[in-house]
Amino acid sequence: MAKYILKRIGLAVATLLLIIFVLFVLVRIMPGNPFPSERMSAEQIANKRAEMGLDDPILVQFGRYMVNLAHGDFGKGTSLYYGAPITTVLTTCIFNSFRIGGLAILMGTTVGLILGITAALNKGHFLDHFCTVFSILGVCVPGYVFLIFLQYFFSYKMSVFPYFFDASRFLYSSILPALSLSLFTMSTVARFTRNEMVEVMDSDYVHLAESKGMYGSKLVTRHILRNALIPIVTVLAPLVVDLLTGALVIEKIYGINGIGKLMVDAIAGEGVDYNYVLALGILYSALYIGIMLVVDLLYGVLDPRIRVSAKEGDA
Amino acid sequence: MAATTATTYEPTKEDFEFLAGRDITTDQNFASQSYWKGVAIHFLRDKRAMIGFGIVLVIIIFAIFGPIFSSYSYRDIVSYVDESGKEVVARGIAPQLGLGGDGPFADRMFLFGTDDLGRDLWTRTWQGARVSLIIAFVTIFIDMIIGMSYGLISGYFGGAVDNIMQRIVEVANSVPRLVIVSVLAIFMPKGMGLVIVALLLTEWIGMSKIARAEMLRIKEQEYVLASRTLGAHSMHIIFKQILPNTIGPIITQMMFSIPTAIFTEAFLSFVGVGIMLPQCSIGSLIESGFNNITTLPYQILPPIIVLALQMLGFNFIGDGFREALAPKLEDM
Repeated sequence: MAKYILKRIGLAVATLLLIIFVLFVLVRIMPGNPFPSERMSAEQIANKRAEMGLDDPILVQFGRYMVNLAHGDFGKGTSLYYGAPITTVLTTCIFNSFRIGGLAILMGTTVGLILGITAALNKGHFLDHFCTVFSILGVCVPGYVFLIFLQYFFSYKMSVFPYFFDASRFLYSSILPALSLSLFTMSTVARFTRNEMVEVMDSDYVHLAESKGMYGSKLVTRHILRNALIPIVTVLAPLVVDLLTGALVIEKIYGINGIGKLMVDAIAGEGVDYNYVLALGILYSALYIGIMLVVDLLYGVLDPRIRVSAKEGDA
Repeated sequence: MAATTATTYEPTKEDFEFLAGRDITTDQNFASQSYWKGVAIHFLRDKRAMIGFGIVLVIIIFAIFGPIFSSYSYRDIVSYVDESGKEVVARGIAPQLGLGGDGPFADRMFLFGTDDLGRDLWTRTWQGARVSLIIAFVTIFIDMIIGMSYGLISGYFGGAVDNIMQRIVEVANSVPRLVIVSVLAIFMPKGMGLVIVALLLTEWIGMSKIARAEMLRIKEQEYVLASRTLGAHSMHIIFKQILPNTIGPIITQMMFSIPTAIFTEAFLSFVGVGIMLPQCSIGSLIESGFNNITTLPYQILPPIIVLALQMLGFNFIGDGFREALAPKLEDM
């Protein structure tokens, strides 16, 4: 098992390094210049390029970038938040995004699980149909559309919640964005939980457990849910990452100063800010790879068979 | 003894009924049918799939004919010059049938109203639906070809080829779509091209995984061995003989990829790196609806409903197709 974990981590780190390298090269070899040129003379641009070391060989630049990165330094933005170190900006943004994303994950998985379990236990009844309709709705309507409606009715018409995000009243003002962010996860988790549970509940070993006199929450948690959880974790993993990318639009709508909004600012403005694109690209990829790694390792915890086969097959 | 005199019954002709005209030689209940016929029957009987199919069909018809038969253009502002030579623009008109009443445009029909600049939203919505459907179909079709070939080749050859090709997939799969979009935004002008390339670069991966799994399942079968023994070329075996047998799951995957593509387009256009003015798409319509939500709240509804219906329709078709391809016993 330890060997498997080490190998898996090593592979993840190698992949990340490769992606950083490719991103770096792509961003550096692009045509044109990274500065808003109409405001700067040719001489200024040349000075700036020299100052940032853009004229050195690309491998030297990459080495320097990696050394800085190891110290947690992403450099400075070329046009966005001119002059401020990216790391400082990024820290604030990550803080906001992760709190809302975390809240959304919490809400999505708990409500989704509860909904899915109740639906499966009441198969064919009202709650089951409700769960089906809810999950169809949640998959078909993007989360930001919900946010637009929630914002319109609860903030604009009824003034129950703030219209924009306010970091000083964090919990209060993050209910709407977190709720809309979690809807897709919620409905997906609910649907998968329901389907998996229905399938597992019909299996021989559950019938055996029942015939031995087991019932109620013990049967559900120990026998049914545990086996139903494995596929759920599989669908949940990419969703967790999507909560960060999906947050892009939600952060834009609700005026949240998060990494999604930063990304939009970096690419959708007048000029593209290369350093921010690079930093955010590295951040997103690292997150994605990290979560995938955690999920892979989680399989082993949830499913002993994978643990065993990893030991034997040395996968 | 009289007890033993029981007579054996002689059947007469009248005891039998002649089954004239009834085909008793074919087993109707368990008749053999071709695989695809079975799939088609199962699909046609699936209510949900048919609803999805109907929704998609209606949207496609409107997307094709809506802008053609509309009296307005999606990019032109509706206006006229009144007697005093002043231009009157049909700005922010709520949905109306044009039955008359007050106001300068009371006799014009605006089923979805007009937007803040005075363009007819009915035309724009269907034009937007057209754009997003075109993007979805084109990209998913190309992605299918790329992904399918990649997966089939990788699975068929196995060994070192498979190993290298799968490592590439792994790395490609570890780059979030947003990162690809942002790097593309450096190289490409924003617009439809960016959306299409971003989708092309990401959506083939899922397709290739499914194609590879199907290949691994099929390639050990006898007919492949027979073909190989007879000297068939690898490419012939892969694309002429194995491919037709893998097409089912791939089409299912396509049906689920189309909503993803529509969703991605809407999301990128909303954020401002997708479809650019004066073109419009579902995403850019939602964005302009959102920008004007406090003054013209009805504006946002048509594109959202069309988007939701598209997602719903394709998801239903995908579900139906998946079930039709691999029916579970309880569904029979």
